[in-house]
Amino acid sequence: MNIPRQGVGAPVRRLEDDRYLEGRGRFAGDIRMPGMLEVAFLRSPVAHAGLRGVAKPEGAAHQVFTAADLEGVRGIRADSGLPGFRSSVQPVLAADRIRHVNEPVAACVAPSRAEAEDLAEATGLDLDILPAVHDMLKARDPDAPLLHDGWEENVFLESGFEQGFEAASADAAIRIRRQYRTSRQCMSPMEGRGVVAYVDEQADQLVVITSTQMPHIVRNGLAECLGIDQGRIRVIAPDVGGGFGYKGILLAEEVMLGWLALKLRRPVRWIEDRREQLAGNANCREHWYDITGYASADGRLLAVECEAIVDSGAYSAYPFSACLEAAQVASILPGPYKMDGFRCRTWSVATNKPAILPYRGVARTGVCFAMELMMDELARGIGMEPAEFRRRNLVTGSEMPFVNITNKIFDSGDYVEALDRSLAALDLPALRARQARGEPDGRHLGVGISIFCEQGAHGTSVYSGWGIPMVPGFEQATARMTPDGGLELRVGVQSHGQSLETTLAQIANEVLGVDPAKVKLVHGDTALTPYSTGTWGSRCIVMAGGAVATACEELAERAKKIAGTLLQADPDAIVLGNGEARGPSGSVTLAEIGSVWYHRPQDLPEGVDPAGLEATKGYKTVRDTGTFSYACHTAVVLVDPGTGAVEIEDYRITEDGGVLVNPMVVDGQVWGGAVQGIGTALYEEMPYDSEGQPLSTTLAEYLLPGAAEAPSIPIAHMETPSPISRFGQKGIGESGAIGPPAAIGNAVNDALRAFGAAIDQVPITPERVMAALARGERA
Amino acid sequence: MKAARFDLHLAADAAEAVRHLQGDDAKPVAGSQSLGPMLNLRLARPGLLVDVTRCAELRAVTEEAEDVLYGAALTHAEFEDGALPDATPGWLAPIARRIAYRAVRNRGTIGGSIAHADPAADWVATMTGLGASVRILGPEGARELPMAEFVTGALSTALGPDEIVTAIRLPRRGPEARWSYWKFCRKVGEFAKASACVLADPARDEYRVLAAAIERAPVALPDPRALIEGRADPREAVEAALPFLSPERRALQATATSRALAALETGVPA
Ligand SMILES: Cc1cc2nc3c(=O)[nH]c(=O)nc-3n(C[C@H](O)[C@H](O)[C@H](O)COP(=O)(O)OP(=O)(O)OC[C@H]3O[C@@H](n4cnc5c(N)ncnc54)[C@H](O)[C@@H]3O)c2cc1C
Repeated sequence: MNIPRQGVGAPVRRLEDDRYLEGRGRFAGDIRMPGMLEVAFLRSPVAHAGLRGVAKPEGAAHQVFTAADLEGVRGIRADSGLPGFRSSVQPVLAADRIRHVNEPVAACVAPSRAEAEDLAEATGLDLDILPAVHDMLKARDPDAPLLHDGWEENVFLESGFEQGFEAASADAAIRIRRQYRTSRQCMSPMEGRGVVAYVDEQADQLVVITSTQMPHIVRNGLAECLGIDQGRIRVIAPDVGGGFGYKGILLAEEVMLGWLALKLRRPVRWIEDRREQLAGNANCREHWYDITGYASADGRLLAVECEAIVDSGAYSAYPFSACLEAAQVASILPGPYKMDGFRCRTWSVATNKPAILPYRGVARTGVCFAMELMMDELARGIGMEPAEFRRRNLVTGSEMPFVNITNKIFDSGDYVEALDRSLAALDLPALRARQARGEPDGRHLGVGISIFCEQGAHGTSVYSGWGIPMVPGFEQATARMTPDGGLELRVGVQSHGQSLETTLAQIANEVLGVDPAKVKLVHGDTALTPYSTGTWGSRCIVMAGGAVATACEELAERAKKIAGTLLQADPDAIVLGNGEARGPSGSVTLAEIGSVWYHRPQDLPEGVDPAGLEATKGYKTVRDTGTFSYACHTAVVLVDPGTGAVEIEDYRITEDGGVLVNPMVVDGQVWGGAVQGIGTALYEEMPYDSEGQPLSTTLAEYLLPGAAEAPSIPIAHMETPSPISRFGQKGIGESGAIGPPAAIGNAVNDALRAFGAAIDQVPITPERVMAALARGERA
Repeated sequence: MKAARFDLHLAADAAEAVRHLQGDDAKPVAGSQSLGPMLNLRLARPGLLVDVTRCAELRAVTEEAEDVLYGAALTHAEFEDGALPDATPGWLAPIARRIAYRAVRNRGTIGGSIAHADPAADWVATMTGLGASVRILGPEGARELPMAEFVTGALSTALGPDEIVTAIRLPRRGPEARWSYWKFCRKVGEFAKASACVLADPARDEYRVLAAAIERAPVALPDPRALIEGRADPREAVEAALPFLSPERRALQATATSRALAALETGVPA
């Protein structure tokens, strides 16, 4: 029998696809329970105000709930242990102060959502409007209104890093300073948030079904805010239609729904609509950089100096806190390059906007944009092809593992090779010749590169350093053989597009030889899975994958012992594969092993290992400083000087994710991320006016890339194993979203150079291109 | 967001629809692709919606010697699919194909589009450019207005609150007539940021260069023949005719006009 390989490295088709493609998935919005009530939130119409009172509609006191009703409920607090961090409390419902538009003020409960919205509409707010902080660059002005009592300035945290800067920058032949900005964005998974809560009277538990990436962390937060024991709360993530970080936080709405279920003893449901998502909830990415690069005349990057501001919004979101982005900027700005000097200061500023949340590529996308645009400027400044300037400054393969200037430990890889492979696919000389000839239709061709590395699956030492409410430790998995020789895997991470139902089954196959079709992944339920911080930080395939392998190895030992008694062979001489245990003189199937243990224990010898066919094991990487995947993105664009439109003619990625557990799944992850990166580069923007009002509050204004805007993107893989993970795999979940703004930004600037123009902000809208051209013309 | 409470009446014919629109609080609905979002955002809150998509007159195509009358409730998709006779030499399907997305085109109607009068709507621009007129039915009976008089501004028309659009009358165009329509959209399916149509029909001695998607009713540029024959500069024409646009929008509009003219020149279907 010729069984195709289904283990690590095989492009196994996704086991979860059938239910999704046939519409049988079960999302929060699919859940209906007898007696269930719908919840609509009355949200603030203004950005900053004192809240003097809330007038419930006549006769609706039992259907409309405000902060005054929430006795004993604590606000959401996510402090960082970094010195100088200023703490904020995000109220579940605003009590006496409102700090951003669409902050929840009252929860309205009715048999239908429309009726609940009627109640919200009929509820009155007595507001004392205050001036709003709408621009991060003005948040630290001495006359800026303060968001939080007791703060001296609107800054959650000032952080920094400095190493060898003065000496390294002193003799630079060239020094270039630029300011760059990434706009505020709204993460837009296909499914918004959704929460169903009810009381399971038999279990004496509050059950919160929520579209989350991290059920265990949500339970921590719910227990803290509601003041009840963790054992009396169960959090379940049903099918989740995309997360990207948007569902990696504790929601005020989750706490509120939990409270309502306990109060009303009836199931309650809240399904977020697009308006709530865009105008009140899903903020991310807004960075500003004032960056200076120093280089030698022969093309050596000497030093980088930067001041960066991140608009953290009004509150510190749980569990990642308000300062994860800015603090990371200081540590990852040097990217994949060598340099002798680095100085960076960052501010996480508070503004009257929804809290900034971690979005796929957290901080890296902005960092890559600023650093890679600067690399191009320096290259041009010394008259060198930007690719060549990069080649001279990238960490090389022979230097791996490499400790960079901010003490990041790059685990393995060959960054120069990735660049060279990308260049070979691009045929740069031909493009330069075409560029010199000009396009027949009057558009301008530009070529751009970005190269970056992505720390993923970083663990205890890194996160305890940030001191946030969530520090990952050992990742655990339970492997349980069923009586028919199948396998149940229980993991605390949550799969919502990562394809873990497939890839973790492949890992089990690799270790146990069990058919992936016979592996059932149990995930997303605090009652059924080991504790985990959940799905974030490109960690699952490394951490949950490592945990599954470890648990399966334990199970393999036990299965071999049982097989040994059945085959009368030494367990060490037994090999597992293709659904059976093979000894020197015969084999038994996994089903027979399961059957003996569970159904015919009388056939087991005296002294058999009582641990049985179920094992929970914990796992950490060899070093918990993270795997570093990396990629080189190249973009060829055509810029239309008549409209400012940017067309992506060609987009390519060379990617090294270490050993790929399932190359097809990796391609899917990278493509999806890259299209989100194209959204950052060209389309997505949530502007605020001077009163703190969000201006892109429907999908007619907030443009997302669609199928027509997604080029087909060839991906070339390198597979340098990571020395620190179980199979050499690296986290790549976020990678695709990091490179596009920088690659496209550099390509657009390459095209605009003929006009003496450059863009310095994403998204690169037609208006921004036209404005850059006009500036170029004037200069 | 969910709409505020309303009643729905499915009208069987145009006269019945008009009768039901007599109250102050009633509004016609066709494909609901523009009205639906406004209902859900509670920006529109009629007490009664009168659905006109089942009225036979509004679903009919009437072919006359000089014109073709298209029922107001014909969908963009029906034009796109070539399911309807074309008064022009094949110009309508390409216009329809680039409106929104197929899901929107399946429901959205030509009558709803012009009655909504979004300045950036494709039918508003092109029906004006093609010299169409609008058949209207009200309590006093039927009347007809040229598109240029029907659309009075952004989201505003000459339609009374108790009137409906029953059909759009489109003059036939012969093989010697030339046409182009050029629009600029941020991405596929989005409303245009600038658009321009050019018509040159020597047989009917009709020439038109129209600037649309300009936040008000489309504007016909003066001396279209000079523009079409290359004797006038489209940039200057746009500068002079559209002083109310921001400089950036005006520049974009000049590009749209130049490109529509260039497409007509080369006979490339826009
Ligand atoms: C995502 C999206 C993208 C879009 N993109 C584009 C685009 O690129 N280009 C474009 O042109 N359009 C676009 N549209 C609008 C779309 O074409 C709508 O179909 C059209 O504007 C309205 O047609 P409707 O039949 O849906 O009208 P409805 O929404 O039903 O009604 C619109 C208005 O017209 C009135 N009305 C409808 N029918 C009549 C009638 N027979 N008599 C009198 N009044 C009537 C209604 O009372 C209402 O005020 C888009 C819509 C969406 C949702």
